[in-house]
Amino acid sequence: MLEKLDILLVGVGGQGTILASKILVNAAAAAGYDIKMSEIHGMAQRGGSVVTHVRLGSAVSSPMVEEGRTDIILAFEQLEGLRWLNYLKPGGSMILSSQVIYPVPVLAGLAAYPENIPGYIAARVPDTLVIDALQAALQCGNAKAANVVLVGALAARLPLERALWEQALKETVPPRLLEVNLAAFAAGYEYRKS
Amino acid sequence: MTRKMMTGNEAIARGAYEYGVRLGAGYPGTPSTEILENFARYPGIYAEWAPNEKVALEVAIGAAMAGARALVTMKHVGVNVAADPLLTLAYTGVNGGLVLVAADDPGMHSSQNEQDTRHYARLAKVPVLEPSDSQEAKDMVGLALEISERFDIPVILRTTTRVAHSQSFVQVGQRQEVPLRPYQKDVQKWLMVPAFGRLRRQALEQRLSALREYAESAPVNKIFPGEGKIGVITSGISFQYVRELLPGASILKLGLTYPLPEQLIKKFAAGVDRLLVVEEQEPFLEDHLKQWGIPCAGKAIFPAMGEFSTALLRRCLQQAGILPAAAAEGAPDLSDMPAAPVRPPVLCAGCPHRGVFYLLNKMKLLVTGDIGCYTLGGLPPLSGIDSCVCMGASIGMAHGIGQVAPELGRRTVAVIGDSTFMHSGLTGLLNVVYNRGSSVVLILDNSTTAMTGHQDHPATGRTLLGQEAPAVDMVALVRALGVPHVVTVDPLDLKAMQQALEEALAADGPAVIIARRPCVLLRKLPPNPVAVDEDKCTGCKTCLKLSCPALSVVDKKCRVDSIACVGCNLCVQVCKFAALQAAQRGETNA
Ligand SMILES: Cc1ncc(C[n+]2csc(CCOP(=O)(O)OP(=O)(O)O)c2C)c(N)n1
Repeated sequence: MLEKLDILLVGVGGQGTILASKILVNAAAAAGYDIKMSEIHGMAQRGGSVVTHVRLGSAVSSPMVEEGRTDIILAFEQLEGLRWLNYLKPGGSMILSSQVIYPVPVLAGLAAYPENIPGYIAARVPDTLVIDALQAALQCGNAKAANVVLVGALAARLPLERALWEQALKETVPPRLLEVNLAAFAAGYEYRKS
Repeated sequence: MTRKMMTGNEAIARGAYEYGVRLGAGYPGTPSTEILENFARYPGIYAEWAPNEKVALEVAIGAAMAGARALVTMKHVGVNVAADPLLTLAYTGVNGGLVLVAADDPGMHSSQNEQDTRHYARLAKVPVLEPSDSQEAKDMVGLALEISERFDIPVILRTTTRVAHSQSFVQVGQRQEVPLRPYQKDVQKWLMVPAFGRLRRQALEQRLSALREYAESAPVNKIFPGEGKIGVITSGISFQYVRELLPGASILKLGLTYPLPEQLIKKFAAGVDRLLVVEEQEPFLEDHLKQWGIPCAGKAIFPAMGEFSTALLRRCLQQAGILPAAAAEGAPDLSDMPAAPVRPPVLCAGCPHRGVFYLLNKMKLLVTGDIGCYTLGGLPPLSGIDSCVCMGASIGMAHGIGQVAPELGRRTVAVIGDSTFMHSGLTGLLNVVYNRGSSVVLILDNSTTAMTGHQDHPATGRTLLGQEAPAVDMVALVRALGVPHVVTVDPLDLKAMQQALEEALAADGPAVIIARRPCVLLRKLPPNPVAVDEDKCTGCKTCLKLSCPALSVVDKKCRVDSIACVGCNLCVQVCKFAALQAAQRGETNA
């Protein structure tokens, strides 16, 4: 069992970060970890940034991961990955969806969306995996399953049995969407850079 | 017993269920809202949304008087609204146990101010319990009820955003049915005329001193022994941060933070070399310690403003020389990081409030605002609201402006949501009528309490338990208050809306416009996206003034995101070149 693992899930309201965190928590709970998780809702429901902190370990105190000390960031959108980059510890891992969602100030021409975010991050974080999660989810039959593609990619890096993840998926997604989500999970789990 | 991950709010609801609470009442407000929503799902209980926190508390007082265990929930600013009954409730006491859950929001994740509810506990002279995780949140509901019944006093359970919305494991148990305590008529206890009030004032002091004694041995005030060099007194979520940062420290964790165990604290302080007080928000514990002459450091090291975190406390402890300064750990250099544009919350695509603010801005009116989703209409580029103070303030403020500056008053409009109007707008409007004001009030009626997650209220026709209810007739209600000029318009019809505003501003005496259209998230419309005629689009960007997340201008042509757009057609009305067209469909959006 890992002594401590801190994960940050970051994205935009409506992308399914909360569901992704639930799958992670269910899998880790089945493996016997102590877990704390923290999310802030409220205004975030109106299309703002959303972030979920998940901490696993033998005994966890604070429900929040710490700046510069986070093991893994799972980013559901490029800009959000950049925004939280300073939370990663030296030697930490970034799993970054290549999806782009423009904030309203960018749409309104009041701010610019940074160029080549994946390149910037990969140059500073050697262990960066960029995934076209949206495309992978579309191939599985539903663009909304992009969140589960990312969960699959995360799962491939954690010392938790694959069966626990699949069981957790069964507990969290509605039965009629299970097949698509299992496929999306597999796509992320077996993702290879092309 | 099974172990379940729960948020603090879910755990409080579970605690209320397990410990036999029969009635839960409240008014929604982040971060407290989910407590009642979860409680309402349990069998054999009664739960309701009241129109405001004062009413919710009064309902709970009635239930407790009748001998039932009762729970009332609100956010910190709601305690201000409920303060009037609360301070007298401390005198009367209870019969069945009564717990008031107040959720503070340090850092203002979704609030208009920061306030520390422990000050209310001291002001009202009632005990306050502070959980630091979900298990404690559940257990403390039981303890609070016990204390309430044993000492005949309401108990405040104070959470913070981080406890309310973070999840940890909770042992789930069975409901324990608690019989009603018989009601006995006792006017000296329940009828607070001055002569009886004076008696109860003394009784309150006696109950408090019994509570002080209880605090000395209360199991929730717990010492975690350490090496004794550094001692920390802490409570709530701060306890978790301290445990993580200072594993060797001796910790006195206070679960009951009013009244405080003076002897226990003095004993603890005497056993350590250096004493720190780590508490979020106000120096509440620290002030008590200083008053007792106990040397300690609190706000000299840790801020009184904003939310705590391990990172923040680590920096503070390093600056104070208690933790070694951080060694550079080969972190990547991010100094050249491109600016990450903010992603502010916005009114949803198709939000019925949007057009109203576009117009108010265009008409250059002074707009006193209120609290709800529509407060976002004050941000650029809509910039359609000038003020926001507290729930219900818009109408009173508009009246005040009109009374001292009549010219300005004639160009002033108060905007208020339907839930907020039920909460505390009614009395403000009644005041305008009574005092011969001529304010224009715009009720933004989207048939729900959208900001906090779509709760029902007296005008929606449904209760928290999902039953149908008589929906108040807003037009008749406003008329009954004595408003002569009342009209209803569809806020997606900009021309009608502008005309209604002009007529209301020209009218003699008070005028109310009810802008009625359900929240776009309540009624999923069939997608009916607006189309762009690129030949006609000049790239003038007028449509962007609507601040709609579905609209952008790329290469001098307007682009409509066909997934986000719900076809509200506001942009169609705003475009001067007829480049935006409502997609042709058999049905309209009405
Ligand atoms: C005293 C108090 N209680 C609760 C809240 C939390 N709160 C903020 S806005 C709001 C109501 C919003 O509903 P409505 O007025 O209908 O506007 P909408 O969001 O639907 O546009 C609530 C309950 C608060 N700010 N102050």
